[in-house]
Amino acid sequence: MSKKIRIAAGQGFWGDWLEAPVRQVRGGPIDYLVLDYLAEVTMSILQKQRSRDPNAGYARDFVSQMERILPDIAERNIRVISNAGGVNPRACAAAVRAAANALGLGDKIRIGLVVGDDLMGELDTLVSGGAPFANMDTAQPLSDVRGQVRSANAYLGMAPVVEALRQGANVVITGRVTDTGLTLGPLVHEFGWQHDDWDRIAAGTIAGHIIECGAQSSGGNLLKDWRSVKRLEDVGFPIVEATADGSFTVTKHAGTGGVVNVASVTEQLVYEMGDPHEYITPDGVADFTSIKLKQAGRDRVHVSGIRGGPRTPYLKVSIAWFYGYKAVGTLVYSWPDALDKARAADRILRKRLKTLGLEYEQVLTEFVGVDATHGRLGGVPDPEIAEVMLRVGVRARSKEPVERFTREIAPLVLTGPPSVTGFAGGRPPVEEIVAYWPALLRRELIEPAVRVEMI
Amino acid sequence: MATTRMQLRYLAHARSGDKGDTANVGLIALAPALYSVLVDQVTARRVAKHFKGMVSDVERFELPNLNALNFLLHGALDGGGTMSLKTDAQGKVFSTALLRMEIDVPRKLAKEWRVKDD
Repeated sequence: MSKKIRIAAGQGFWGDWLEAPVRQVRGGPIDYLVLDYLAEVTMSILQKQRSRDPNAGYARDFVSQMERILPDIAERNIRVISNAGGVNPRACAAAVRAAANALGLGDKIRIGLVVGDDLMGELDTLVSGGAPFANMDTAQPLSDVRGQVRSANAYLGMAPVVEALRQGANVVITGRVTDTGLTLGPLVHEFGWQHDDWDRIAAGTIAGHIIECGAQSSGGNLLKDWRSVKRLEDVGFPIVEATADGSFTVTKHAGTGGVVNVASVTEQLVYEMGDPHEYITPDGVADFTSIKLKQAGRDRVHVSGIRGGPRTPYLKVSIAWFYGYKAVGTLVYSWPDALDKARAADRILRKRLKTLGLEYEQVLTEFVGVDATHGRLGGVPDPEIAEVMLRVGVRARSKEPVERFTREIAPLVLTGPPSVTGFAGGRPPVEEIVAYWPALLRRELIEPAVRVEMI
Repeated sequence: MATTRMQLRYLAHARSGDKGDTANVGLIALAPALYSVLVDQVTARRVAKHFKGMVSDVERFELPNLNALNFLLHGALDGGGTMSLKTDAQGKVFSTALLRMEIDVPRKLAKEWRVKDD
């Protein structure tokens, strides 16, 4: 029988189910555990945390999860790969090292730290060297916002993960390595795929895409026949069983809840999709129109036929920059005339903000229960609706008008329409907006500085 | 050909996600026979009309291998990501908003896919 590698996903985002990693490790046989914590929004939050504390800026959940599974992975030779490092992978690796030592596993845990994705220190050199970092969405040059830039990280591919594994790491901690690179890395390491074997690179990338959001491919958030998805309280996170030819099976541990079927895998495949012919990663370009799915037994979907093309000369760079402030306030109005009361409160609030001379880039009102998610498509609301939540958000470049807005919500309780409740939380917080600036940079300007350190 | 007007919710399932200010909706036919109906009827133009006032423009891609269409709804998320003030800032349920759309289905197919208690 040909060699089979089992890669299990243990987190789909920062904030995912804390029990999942330990269940993946103890629930059956696996070779690798991959934990994805990063998204564009997550990088902004982690950057904010690091600006307050130089030792922060990574997914702290990861360290407590590792404390639980380090003895298992040491004993069973399971290797863990994670981008939990966020904007501070070095601090993350140090914390895991301390945890391993405290458990008496110091010599059994070999941490491979991937660095080189953080471009903040080189940004001005790169700009003066001719890199415009033009915004991929707006084409604006970065110089327009250079003063507000808080962090800049390149999306790295699988190469440094492969290198860390080659050096013998059994825990690989990275910063902004792509979600898919975390899964592709061990496949390239195990099967010795060449970096320009584009079909297999695409196959490993798609395997990564299918499991990168955790249970979202194994029954969680599954719309089709959602009532028939059983025992989600005990949901099994997805596992890829891969072979050297690039085909693989998506499954989950026996006895767990949820479901792996063609529908669950297809819903995940189309999640966050752009042009399906060109799913671009640092490692190659995958063609989602080549994917063949087949149910191959209970909770098993076989994936084959994947084609891919060469990688581009560029890496994507994720730049976080300070934009301004926002706040969102809510109040709940009850029957009778719940929606009319909420609308009246919104009018009163807006008039007061105007009278105060406050200016906003955006004031957005939603009536939760009526139009918040589907807008006008939600249709005519039931006039007897039991309650409606008024939800008003404001955004401005300066703090003062946002701050004042947060003090104008509670007064509506005694100075506005009747039958209002749900304000026990007090004033809504003023949030800083750290916005996302995607740009491309030639890979040779980044890759020479990427390296692996054994910690 | 005789047809019946049906909501997409009875013909397809869907999931959505985001990239910046663009929401994507993957619309997956419940059967291959329904996929060709979706290809004919759920055009980028009709989807743009469905979401009029809510999105700036719409692109469509076909994935016959998955019986799926992928729609990019640009300008749908009030700036998206951390900028957006919307409840659904990351477009997670734009998918279900598309399932409200009605299309004409050949009567024979419609009978087969109509909900039992309809």
